[in-house]
Amino acid sequence: MSAQTPVLRLEGIVKTFPGVRALDGVSLSILPGEVHALMGENGAGKSTLMKVLGGVHQPDEGRIVLAEQPVVMSGPLDAKAKGIVFIHQELSLAGELSVAENIYLGELPRKRFGLVDWAELYTRTNRILERLKVGFDARTRVGDLSIANQQMVEIARALTVDAKAVIFDEPTASLTDAEKVVLFEVIADLKSQGVGIAYISHRMEEIFRITDRISVLRDGQYQGTVDTVETDEEGVTQMMIGRKLDLSRNESHHEIGDGALEVRGLSCGHLFEDVSFAVRSGEVLGFYGLVGAGRTEIAETIFGLREPSAGTIHLNGEEVRIHSPADAIARGISLVPEDRKSQGLVLGMNCRDNMTLPQIDDLKAGPFVAEGSEIAIFDQYRDKLDIRTPGWKQAAGNLSGGNQQKIVIGKWLSMHPRVLIVDEPTRGIDVGSKAEIHNLIRDLAAQGYAVIVISSEMPEVLHVSDRIVAMYSGRVMRTFTSEEVTEDTLIQAISGLDTGQAA
Amino acid sequence: MTPGTLSTILKNGAIWGFIVLELIFFTVAGQFLSLSENAFMDADNMLLLFKQSAPIGIIAMGMTIVMINGNIDLSVGATYALSAVVLLDAMTWPVFGGLGDWVIPVACLLALLTGVVLGAINGLIVWKTGVDAFIVTLGAMLGYRGLVFMYNGEQPTSHLNWTLVDFAEMQVLGLHTATWVLLIVTVAMWFLMNRTVHGRNAYAIGNNREAAVNAGIRVGPHMLINFMIIGFLAALSAVVFYAETGSVNPNDGELYELWVITAVVLGGTKLTGGAGSIVSTFGGVLAIQLLRKGLAHIGADTSTVNLVIGLILIAVLLLDRQLNVKGKEELKI
Repeated sequence: MSAQTPVLRLEGIVKTFPGVRALDGVSLSILPGEVHALMGENGAGKSTLMKVLGGVHQPDEGRIVLAEQPVVMSGPLDAKAKGIVFIHQELSLAGELSVAENIYLGELPRKRFGLVDWAELYTRTNRILERLKVGFDARTRVGDLSIANQQMVEIARALTVDAKAVIFDEPTASLTDAEKVVLFEVIADLKSQGVGIAYISHRMEEIFRITDRISVLRDGQYQGTVDTVETDEEGVTQMMIGRKLDLSRNESHHEIGDGALEVRGLSCGHLFEDVSFAVRSGEVLGFYGLVGAGRTEIAETIFGLREPSAGTIHLNGEEVRIHSPADAIARGISLVPEDRKSQGLVLGMNCRDNMTLPQIDDLKAGPFVAEGSEIAIFDQYRDKLDIRTPGWKQAAGNLSGGNQQKIVIGKWLSMHPRVLIVDEPTRGIDVGSKAEIHNLIRDLAAQGYAVIVISSEMPEVLHVSDRIVAMYSGRVMRTFTSEEVTEDTLIQAISGLDTGQAA
Repeated sequence: MTPGTLSTILKNGAIWGFIVLELIFFTVAGQFLSLSENAFMDADNMLLLFKQSAPIGIIAMGMTIVMINGNIDLSVGATYALSAVVLLDAMTWPVFGGLGDWVIPVACLLALLTGVVLGAINGLIVWKTGVDAFIVTLGAMLGYRGLVFMYNGEQPTSHLNWTLVDFAEMQVLGLHTATWVLLIVTVAMWFLMNRTVHGRNAYAIGNNREAAVNAGIRVGPHMLINFMIIGFLAALSAVVFYAETGSVNPNDGELYELWVITAVVLGGTKLTGGAGSIVSTFGGVLAIQLLRKGLAHIGADTSTVNLVIGLILIAVLLLDRQLNVKGKEELKI
């Protein structure tokens, strides 16, 4: 196999974004007729690498070699013209347009005078849709399709040109099993035509079912390539997690109090179904799962941002209905949201105002805002959480990620909650501050808060949690205690593999 | 009937249902309230209605494509006035003295060119700076209006060319010139948006800009073209209207942008872009004109007309929101 000329080769690709070295000297080659898996944890740089390949980003260093010719991808259309097709992870579709228009978006077949050749468009599209065995036709409006069918539309784009290489970025995230089979047939078909396929997925079973070789990225660095037949899930997991594999899991337990929050059979449409768990004061409950497993949606439902379609929420043994965030805050539930910058902070406001935002209504001196008590609150939590800022007047947007996160946490602590939900607490935060945030979370539990941590990073979940809830596509697969959990069982649970042991 | 079909029919056909309702209401109410002898649905009255719809209607077609594209143009009223000034004034320029009636096409071309250039300025700024179209054209609205006043101070610009007036008052197959222009523009814009690559790309850009960029569509040029088209149509509207009246006040065309947007939104085009239809805009234009004429017919004054139109617009948007609710899974923000 190695004697073949690769259809596509990446040499020493470096890509930096402000503050992050997203790709650091990544080299990779894709042979004709192979399915090449690209694996790594969230944030390891897989998607960035594929975007560089697809012409969405330009690499800072390194080169792309296509059939032994160095090329520059000036844009998505250029990449497509060179035979590289990119199937996006997030649906990149225009919902108001028809299936056919979406599949040929950007290159609708033309007649004279820039007219769309509809007849040609529909015949070509229907031919592709036949191969995909889907139940809709070229004229269907994309917005009327289910998410799974929309994903099939996205996949259909791979078949519009004579591709040399096709990149699939998590194509099965929203597909049902029947559709997966069709997708794998399409991939096998492309493969037999000598097309090189790059396949990004978190799902081990798929990787071992369809791929020939596996390359692993970790923190933007290339970890190596192995033949799929010569490795197993454990081997790949070890490459992915690397040095972090033996990262300590939480050993110390605090005094566990009463059940602070209990959720029974909670559902919200198809976002998540029949979710039950309990978290007691003094305990950290970790939620681990793939992106889109429904973890954030559960947090949003508990915080009153979504209306549950079934199930109950109990607070201190008493059933409650939470209709809005104001309700949740009044009952002592706080949510540190996933996206610190757009959901957690008002970036242009200063630190003090951000911190007192939820209670500003109560901080009044006559008709005016009581500046003194605001500053007192800020000072108290700055010292308590060790927030490093030149002063309260600093705009929150100017602080580092770790300090911003502490402001958000401080904001909620100053409300004296009973339950603190932290969604992706260390996303985009550097390693040093990560440890600080982790210690802070442990400390908060020690002080008697009930803490829920949602995270996509395994070391983080292992490190801070007393118990871990593993989720897979909207369902709780299993609940682990920190003693019994291992990396393997956890990865299997979130990949939907151990349905037999579901808790 | 599959689920959602009913709401789709409601959404697409709503404007025509509304027009039928208006016709019935004004015919019946007219029997009791009107002071005039004629019935509301009188043929001449309806022909006049089409003609009166033309100035707003022609611009509304351009606004529809700009809004589908995800932008907005607030400067159309000022563009309209400036093009009118150019049209009327150019006919008196000594340079064209020897042309006789051939000055008419020349002046018309100059006026249309003015519109295209003003539109292109808007489009270029939106494309190259990335500033929101709302802000850019808000500035242009003030700026272009300033140009109108600079041209002739507070004085009206007048020139009556009888050949042009004859042309404007001509009736072919019973329809006035202005009506014909409106119809032709409607068909042309429908064709552009539904049959050409440019039109379909404009929809894609307004609907999901990131997807369009990912697919390699160059967003800027499409926006520029659409701004040039709306500029052209604002000028065309001015040519059609002022050919007949022959006199333009510097304040003419003020608030046109709002009437135009009202008609477009009434027709179901989304302010956020990506969805909308030329045919529905045509319905929106007729509906507004019917409302104005009908209320006048039953003896309401202008202020009442504005109040009613305002209330109806809000009611329509409320209805649209109800039809588009995503259900229980939606995030409450």
